Amino acid sequence: MAQIFKPSANSITQVGLLSVAIGVPTLWLGIAGLSRSPANTKVQVPKNQPVPFSHQHHTWELGIDCRYCHTSVEKSSYAGLPATETCMSCHSQIWTNSPLLEPIRQSYETGMPIQWNLVNKVPDFVHFNHSIHVDRGINCNTCHGAVNQMHITYKGNSFQMAWCLQCHRAPERYLYKDDSASGKGLTPRQQVFNVYWKLQEFGPANLNDQEKDLVRGDYNGAQPWEQDKIAAGKKLVSEYGVKVQQLADCSVCHY
Amino acid sequence: MSRFNSTEIAMALQAKTNHRRIQALGLVAVAISLAGCHTDMWRQPKTQPLDASEFYVDGQVSRPLVPGTIARDHLREDEPYFTGAANAKWVDTIPHTVDKEFLKRGQERFNIYCTPCHGRLGDGKGMIATRGYQLRRPVASYHNDRLRNMPVGYFYDVITNGYGAMYSYASRVEPEDRWAIVAYIRALQLSQHANPSDADGKALASAELTPSPTSALRDERVVTR
Ligand code: HEC
Ligand code: HEC
Ligand code: HEC
Ligand code: HEC
Ligand code: HEC
Ligand code: HEC
Repeated sequence: MAQIFKPSANSITQVGLLSVAIGVPTLWLGIAGLSRSPANTKVQVPKNQPVPFSHQHHTWELGIDCRYCHTSVEKSSYAGLPATETCMSCHSQIWTNSPLLEPIRQSYETGMPIQWNLVNKVPDFVHFNHSIHVDRGINCNTCHGAVNQMHITYKGNSFQMAWCLQCHRAPERYLYKDDSASGKGLTPRQQVFNVYWKLQEFGPANLNDQEKDLVRGDYNGAQPWEQDKIAAGKKLVSEYGVKVQQLADCSVCHY
Repeated sequence: MSRFNSTEIAMALQAKTNHRRIQALGLVAVAISLAGCHTDMWRQPKTQPLDASEFYVDGQVSRPLVPGTIARDHLREDEPYFTGAANAKWVDTIPHTVDKEFLKRGQERFNIYCTPCHGRLGDGKGMIATRGYQLRRPVASYHNDRLRNMPVGYFYDVITNGYGAMYSYASRVEPEDRWAIVAYIRALQLSQHANPSDADGKALASAELTPSPTSALRDERVVTR
């Protein structure tokens, strides 16, 4: 009877097994990597807008509070984008001839809203709520990156489920309180906005550790070895009454 | 004539159709697995605030209130509270208890909505006013006799309806917050024009506006870059 397997079958099997052993994890890692890459998540990719609105200019250099424009951020689930009238409250007076602002003036005259291209969006089956996060003292930059440095707005984080859960499973890593004189007596909500004021007033050098990271846009919470910060965070978790046990339940975000 | 005999041609055709069948099967398999990847839960046919609309003329899904609509609990029959005027005269007293809490709220709201132009002291030297050298109309300072003697209702009206070059802030500042801002403007006027014999002044001073980071006491703006 003729041999079914030729000697070369040995090496074919070896190569085959090896390529499965290497190929499957590579493919898996590749897909995982791709789905987390900026190409997919659009993190740090600026998006074209009808008007080149600069947060760096308006919030850092001019020191305008986020709430001047994103008025509903502390009391509703949506932060909202400013009405044309809000831009016009200043730009009817200053930079009135700027060609960049022509769409704003057009919109004000015709009543047709400016169509901003939304940068941050979770799928419709996810329910996000701004007011609760702001009320627990979570700074805008924790999620949105260094807004105060953006010339053209981009996405600061992936907003994938794993990213939300990182905090929802251990909020004590992210909560902090400003203990300096300028943070005294502030509610968590006020503290969120105080950071931008401090940055503008005193410069980046006079911020505490967390705030420095925040305004740079790379705040990743306390690391496991920073036990003192985690302990302080734990205290805040109980002080604010954060329901940690339920915070990672599916029904918190999907309902 | 031909270099192939008919059997050969038939076999070749058979092989080709087999090939096609396999290709078609492959396509069906891909189609079936792709059918699992639908996105109708990602973008559901519902509207959310700020969404664009192709249906309405103004292009937005959020509809303005039909004129005359009154939401439950929003009947504004308290004229002095919601207009700042009673019997065609500005009201003289703030229709809300003025305590420390209220003044703090006023300070916070003032710092958000008014300081860019009016400055933290209300002296008209806000960031915009000092940078926008080409302002068409100068920003008003609150510290003159005319405004010091204006009834509080007038300030409420300026926030609600705007004044001259200043736009209305009614869509962004709620009535209660408007009164809080008015109370805080009064406190600023007193602090910039201290007069110990002023009975009103004592009342406000006793409210003890402790200097908070967003204190009215600091207006030095240094931007280091
Ligand atoms: C509180 C006042 C204020 C508001 C509100 C405001 N801006 Fe500005 N904006 C300014 C000032 C002041 C400048 C430039 C001054 C300077 O360069 O020193 C400016 C500059 C700009 C420029 C650059 C213009 C140029 O020709 O270089 C753009 C674009 C702009 N703003 C867009 C907007 C848009 C869009 C909005 C509404 C979402 C808005 N601004 C709201 C104060 C404001
Ligand atoms: C002068 C008005 C103004 C101020 C002040 C302002 N913003 Fe904005 N913001 C806008 C406008 C207009 C857009 C939409 C255009 C864009 O994405 O750049 C926007 C967009 C954003 C977005 C992206 C929204 C999206 O998903 O498309 C974020 C996040 C944001 N702002 C955060 C902030 C934070 C944080 C602050 C305070 C530090 C702030 N903004 C202050 C006007 C303002
Ligand atoms: C816990 C994370 C988190 C924090 C903190 C946060 N945001 Fe957001 N923001 C989001 C997410 C997620 C979305 C997308 C929401 C959606 O698609 O419904 C978003 C969307 C936005 C938008 C787009 C318009 C909208 O309402 O959907 C703006 C503007 C915005 N945020 C501004 C702010 C500002 C200003 C602050 C600080 C006061 C802030 N955000 C704090 C996560 C956050
Ligand atoms: C930096 C930390 C942090 C991040 C990031 C974060 N959250 Fe939260 N979230 C919190 C905290 C703290 C609370 C308050 C829980 C409480 O007080 O019980 C909360 C509350 C919520 C609630 C309300 C829960 C309730 O009880 O009503 C929702 C919904 C929610 N988060 C969704 C999200 C989504 C979606 C994301 C990702 C896009 C996200 N969060 C990212 C910290 C975070
Ligand atoms: C803190 C909020 C939060 C909680 C809690 C949460 N999710 Fe999600 N989930 C999200 C977000 C945000 C997305 C969207 C991810 C994206 O855009 O890629 C998502 C997406 C999903 C998806 C779609 C597939 C994907 O990854 O894109 C599934 C399935 C899902 N979640 C299941 C669950 C289940 C099951 C639980 C409970 C164990 C859960 N989620 C708890 C926020 C949450
Ligand atoms: C975008 C800049 C700007 C902002 C923000 C602003 N104002 Fe004004 N305000 C002005 C200008 C300009 C004038 C002078 C108008 C004129 O003379 O035509 C003025 C005038 C006034 C006056 C004086 C009216 C008079 O009789 O002289 C009062 C009071 C006032 N503002 C209150 C406020 C309050 C309260 C806020 C916050 C809710 C506010 N303003 C926010 C620009 C602004």
